Amino acid sequence: MSQQEIEVILSRHLAECLAMPIFIVNPDGDLIFYNEPAEAILGQSYTETGTMPAREWATIFNPMDGEGKSIAPEDLPLVIALSKRHPAHKLFWILGRDGVTREIEVTAFPLIGQADRFLGALAIFWENPK
Amino acid sequence: MKVTFWGTRGSLASPGTDTARYGGNTSCVSVQGDEGTLIVLDAGTGIRTLGQSLPLTLKRVHILLTHLHMDHIQGLPFFAPLRRSGVEIHIWGPASTTLGLDARLQKYLSPPLFPVSVRELAADLHFHELPSSAMEIGEFRVNAQLIIHPNPTIGYRIQSQKATVTYLPDHEPALGGRTFGTDNSWTSGYRLAEGTDLLIHDSQYTEDEYRNRLGFGHSSIHHAFQFAKLCEVKHFAPFHHDPTHNDDTLDNMFEHTIRNIQPSYKVTPSREGLAIDVTH
Repeated sequence: MSQQEIEVILSRHLAECLAMPIFIVNPDGDLIFYNEPAEAILGQSYTETGTMPAREWATIFNPMDGEGKSIAPEDLPLVIALSKRHPAHKLFWILGRDGVTREIEVTAFPLIGQADRFLGALAIFWENPK
Repeated sequence: MKVTFWGTRGSLASPGTDTARYGGNTSCVSVQGDEGTLIVLDAGTGIRTLGQSLPLTLKRVHILLTHLHMDHIQGLPFFAPLRRSGVEIHIWGPASTTLGLDARLQKYLSPPLFPVSVRELAADLHFHELPSSAMEIGEFRVNAQLIIHPNPTIGYRIQSQKATVTYLPDHEPALGGRTFGTDNSWTSGYRLAEGTDLLIHDSQYTEDEYRNRLGFGHSSIHHAFQFAKLCEVKHFAPFHHDPTHNDDTLDNMFEHTIRNIQPSYKVTPSREGLAIDVTH
């Protein structure tokens, strides 16, 4: 496997040190890393899943709006950050693999490296208290 | 290709009787190709002696800067070919989102820090910002990539038909996280150093020193050996010696580490004046 870009390596390091769930995707949309707090949301560990294609991670949470309707992948903040290359924020609900529905807010932003290199996107999840 | 070490010290020049064997000049290494292409890696204080050794007939030289910390550029205005008209000098260095490479170097090469400005140098100067895609410099193919060190810093992989040299003088790959030493895809610098014939790499600190200097951008000697192993290099030259380490301290560090690790690759601690003919 080829080496990740330095900005992505350092983003992962930051994610490993933080207590907030963080997801990192590459320019192709593959989920290339998520930290331990994010594992609690996904219900599986990064060491088990490794890299996950976009079609898998975009639906794995069963994202829903306030009326219980599914949210299309292209309306998710991380997909917006990736496709439009600008930051996005959204409040929605997810159904975790543990069967628990959670109200979460997600902030996602594109990762732009030196010399305007597009490196993917990063999303931070906040679970709102019930 | 012939690799010669003109300055092996990190952070600050440290001349003296107790540093005479490894040398007190800061980072500068020359790479001379079989067809005559001359690449100079960094312009620490060691570049002054290199400049004096070059023939007056020299027409072109490429200076590849890893970053603009003082120990890597301080010798630049003392590089004799810069004061000669008719010499083409290409300076390559990291890009910035704010100022061009020439403008950032001008901050040092201007009063009050230095009496002579870039504009007053006689040589024909060309500035190039990196990283870019792989580039051809004379007979060499050169790859430049960002690596872990404060402020934009790049490492170089220089390849000829016969050999490859990798230069990562200021590098803290262990800061990349828990996977260091086990997962090459998440290791800073791996792509530059993979399978290289000669790796010149930061080994500034002892293990005890590193614990108190985490994030400074330098490696412990143990981490440097781990990195060399992960990249399956053939020959490793520990580099960027700490200015507080005298010759005896460095001898002890290298002997102790080599005895403990028993590397499968060849190890030659870098020292001023050392020349290595690098082949596959």
